[in-house]
Amino acid sequence: MTLTHILIFIAAALFYLALLPARWRAWALFVGSIVAIYWLQPATRIRTLDFIFPTATLALVALAWLASRAPDQGWRREDTASALLMAALVIALSLGRYIVPEYRITPSRPPAPATVALVVLATVALLALLRRVPRPNRRLAGPVLLFIVIVFVVLKTGPLAEATSGWIRERMGQPAALATAAELEWLGFSYVSFRLISTLRDRQTGRLPAMTLREYTTYAIFFPAYTAGPIDRAERFLPDLHTLPGPDPAWLAQGSMRIAVGIGKKFVIADSLALFALDAAKAQQADSVAGLWVLLYVYAFQLYFDFSGYTDIAIGLGQLFGIKLPENFSQPYLRRNITQFWQSWHITLSNWVRFYVFSPLTRYLLMRPRKPSPTVLALIGQMTTMIVIGLWHGVSWHFVVWGIWHGLGLFAHKVWSDRTRPYYLRLRERPRLAQAVAVLGVVLTFHFVTLGWVWFALPDIGTSWDIFLRLLGL
Amino acid sequence: MQTWKWLYDPASPYRWRFLISVLVRAALLFVLFNLVFALVDPLPTLGRLSAYNTLFRGRERLPYGENPAASFNLSLFQLDAMLASHALAGAGDDEYRVLVIGDSSVWGILLRPGETLAGQINALELTVDNHPVRAYNLGYPTMSLVKDLMLLDYALRTDPDLIVWAFTLESFAPDVQLESAIVRHNAEPVRGLIRRYDLDLDPDDPRFETLTFWERTIVGQRRALADLLRLQFYGVAWAITGTDQEYPADYTPAQVDLAGDESWHGYDAPQPLTADDLALDVLHAGVTRAGETPILLVNEPILISDGENSNIRYNFFYPRWAYDAYRDLLHEQAEHAGWRLLDLWDALPDPACYTDSAVHLTPACSARLARRVGAAIVQTTPGESHGG
Repeated sequence: MTLTHILIFIAAALFYLALLPARWRAWALFVGSIVAIYWLQPATRIRTLDFIFPTATLALVALAWLASRAPDQGWRREDTASALLMAALVIALSLGRYIVPEYRITPSRPPAPATVALVVLATVALLALLRRVPRPNRRLAGPVLLFIVIVFVVLKTGPLAEATSGWIRERMGQPAALATAAELEWLGFSYVSFRLISTLRDRQTGRLPAMTLREYTTYAIFFPAYTAGPIDRAERFLPDLHTLPGPDPAWLAQGSMRIAVGIGKKFVIADSLALFALDAAKAQQADSVAGLWVLLYVYAFQLYFDFSGYTDIAIGLGQLFGIKLPENFSQPYLRRNITQFWQSWHITLSNWVRFYVFSPLTRYLLMRPRKPSPTVLALIGQMTTMIVIGLWHGVSWHFVVWGIWHGLGLFAHKVWSDRTRPYYLRLRERPRLAQAVAVLGVVLTFHFVTLGWVWFALPDIGTSWDIFLRLLGL
Repeated sequence: MQTWKWLYDPASPYRWRFLISVLVRAALLFVLFNLVFALVDPLPTLGRLSAYNTLFRGRERLPYGENPAASFNLSLFQLDAMLASHALAGAGDDEYRVLVIGDSSVWGILLRPGETLAGQINALELTVDNHPVRAYNLGYPTMSLVKDLMLLDYALRTDPDLIVWAFTLESFAPDVQLESAIVRHNAEPVRGLIRRYDLDLDPDDPRFETLTFWERTIVGQRRALADLLRLQFYGVAWAITGTDQEYPADYTPAQVDLAGDESWHGYDAPQPLTADDLALDVLHAGVTRAGETPILLVNEPILISDGENSNIRYNFFYPRWAYDAYRDLLHEQAEHAGWRLLDLWDALPDPACYTDSAVHLTPACSARLARRVGAAIVQTTPGESHGG
C-alpha cells in the first residue's frame, strides 16, 4: 500500500461515512474490497497475470465459501446477487482494457472482456455445480484446503515458483527462459489463504458462524488488511460487519490517529532505517563486527516499524470503515522472555498457528497410545509451530532455521521457567532485584530475537551462517 | 491494549468540536510552516547540520550516486550539505591541507576512495614543513570549469594550503559550463561568480533553476529535504562499509577504435582555436579567487589511442587538432599569467591505464599519477619538505 492508496482509501471512507445510507455500507465494503484488490495488485512481468491473480483470489474465495457453508445453510437470493455482482465487477474491470492507463484501476492492460466473461461464466457454472454437492464441509473442504496449501507451497518455494512462472510464460507466449520466482507476486495470498483455511477448519469443527457469500468475501479480502494482515477471525469480524457504525467522532479520531501513527512508522521511520538496515550486500561489505551489529539492530527496528506501521494503517482504515481489526503488535521488543515476545509480535499469525497447528498437533500426540513426556511434547509442539511460521514467509532453508531458532528459544524458555518458577515467586519480595532481572530479560530477549533476524533477513543459509559467526567475532 | 490506552480510553470523550478544532489547527500550522520555510529558506542551515564527522566519519569524496541503494551515496545539489558530509569538514589543524578539484577522474569513477588521486597522494605520506600532507578529494563527476570554480569558491572557506586543480579539454568547452545539474541548481552562487569575475556566461541563462515562492515551501522543497535526510542515513552505511560507489563486475572499456570524425563541440573541421573559444576566463577566475593560496594546475592524462582513426583522434573525446590547439593555448596562458601548470596529458601512455573512459584511471595508474602530482606539491610549496 502506497501513500496514494492510503489517501484515496481515507477519502473513500469519508465519502462512505458522510453520504452512504447505512443499509448500503456493507455492500459498499463488498464492492470496494473487490475493486481494491485489483487496484492494489502490483504489475507483473507476465502479461495479464496481475488481472488473473485477483480474479483467482475471488474464485478461490467463492469456492472456499461453498466448502465452508453450514450443512443446513441454503442458497439465498442475496448470494445470487453477490455472485452476479462479483462477476459483473470482474467483467467491468476488464473493460479497463479500452481506457487510457492513467484512468485504469488495474496495473496493466486487462485481458479481453470476452475472454474474461467466458472464464467468469465457466467459474460461475462450476461453482453452481459444486453448490449442489451435499454436506460440502465434508466433501469439498478437504480438497479445497489441499488445493490452497498446494498453491501456497508453489508460490513460496523458489524453484517451484520459477518453474510455474516459466510454464505460465509459455502459455502467454513469453520467453520461459526469463522466468523468475519473484514475478509470481500474488498480492495478499499469504493472508487470504490463512483466512480461508481457518474458515474451512472452523466449519469442520463447527465453530464457524453462517456467512453469506457477501459477508464471507468481505471478510476474506477486506482491503485494509488485504496486503499485510492482520489475520482476523470470521467470528470476530462478522459482528462488526453486522453493526457498522455511522459517522462517529471517536471512531474517526481513533482511526485517523492510527493511520497517522502508521504512516509515520512505515513511511518515515522504517523507510529511513531501510537505507542502512542489514541486507546481503551491506553484510558482505561491512568491515567491522561493530558495524555488522549496527546494521542488524537497524534491521530489527526497521522490520518492526515497517510491519507494525502497516498494521496501524490497516487498523485505522478498518476503523474508518467501521471494522475493528485485531491488534498485531504490542511492544514486542520490551518483552521479558521469548514466550512473551511471541504473544506480542505478529499476534494474529502466532494465534493462528497456535490454534490450527500447535493445539491439534499436541492433542493428536496426547491421544496416541504412547504419550510423549511433557518436555518432548513441548519441544515437538514449539518446533513445529515455529517452523510453520518460518515456512509461511517462504519455503526456504533459512526460514526453517529461523523457525528452529525460535522453536528452540521457546522450548528453552519453557524448561527454564518450569525449573525457576519458585525463584521468580520469591523475587516478588525483592522488587529492585526483580526489576533488574526484568531489564536483563528484556535485553536478552531482544538480542535473541535480533540474532534470529540474521536467518530471516539474508537470502540463503550460507550467507546467514557467515554473518552469524562474524557477529560473534568468529 | 495497553499500548493504545491513550487513544482508545481518553480522559474525555471525542467530540465533533474537538475533531474540527484539531483539523483547523493542523491546517493553519501547515500553512504557517510552509510560508515561514519559504521566507526563511533554512535549507543551507539544515545542510550544515550533519552527523558526518561527529557520529560517523566524513566521506572521502563528494556525495554522488545514481544508484543509492547499491552505492550508499546519492546526488544532491545542496553545497552546504555536500561539504558538511565531507571529511574536509572535520579536518584537523596539524596538516598541510591540499584540495584536489576536478572532474570524474578526480572523483574516481570505478576507484575506491583510497585509490583516487587524493587517496594515492595521502598514501605517499608526504610532509611539508613537518606537517603531513592531507589531500581532500573535491572532484565531482561532471566536466565543467564553472562547476570546479563554484566548488573552489566554497571550499576556500576551509583555509587550504594548496589547491590542485585537475582538468581536461572537455571541461573548457563553453557550451558545457552551465550544463551540469549541480551548477544549474546553484544559480545564485554561480551568478555571483559570473558577475564578480565578468565571465563570458549569461547570468540569466535559462538553464539556471530559479525557484518560485511556492517551490520554496516545505511542499516544494520536500525532495531536497528528503535528500538531506537520506544523505545522513546513507552515511551510516558508508561508515560501516566504506563503500560510496557501485562497482560493477564488468564494464565497457574506453573506446580505442574511433569514428573518423574531427568535430568537437560545434566545430565540424580543424580550425585555429583562440583563448575566447575555450573557458580560459574561468581558469583565470579560479586562480584570482584562490588569491594567496597556491594553485597547481594539472592537465590530466588522456588515453592516446592507437586504434582505428587514431591518426585524427586521440580518443573518444578529442580530435587531435582540437586537443593540440588546447594545449598550446593552455601553455601560452600559463606562461603569460605565471601559473604553475603540470601538463601530464601523455604521462600514462599505456591504454591499459584507462578503464571505462579516456580519462578514468586504474588504481595502479592513479598511483603513478599521484607520484607525479605529489612531487609537484612539495616543489610548489616553499620551505622544508620531503617525500615519505
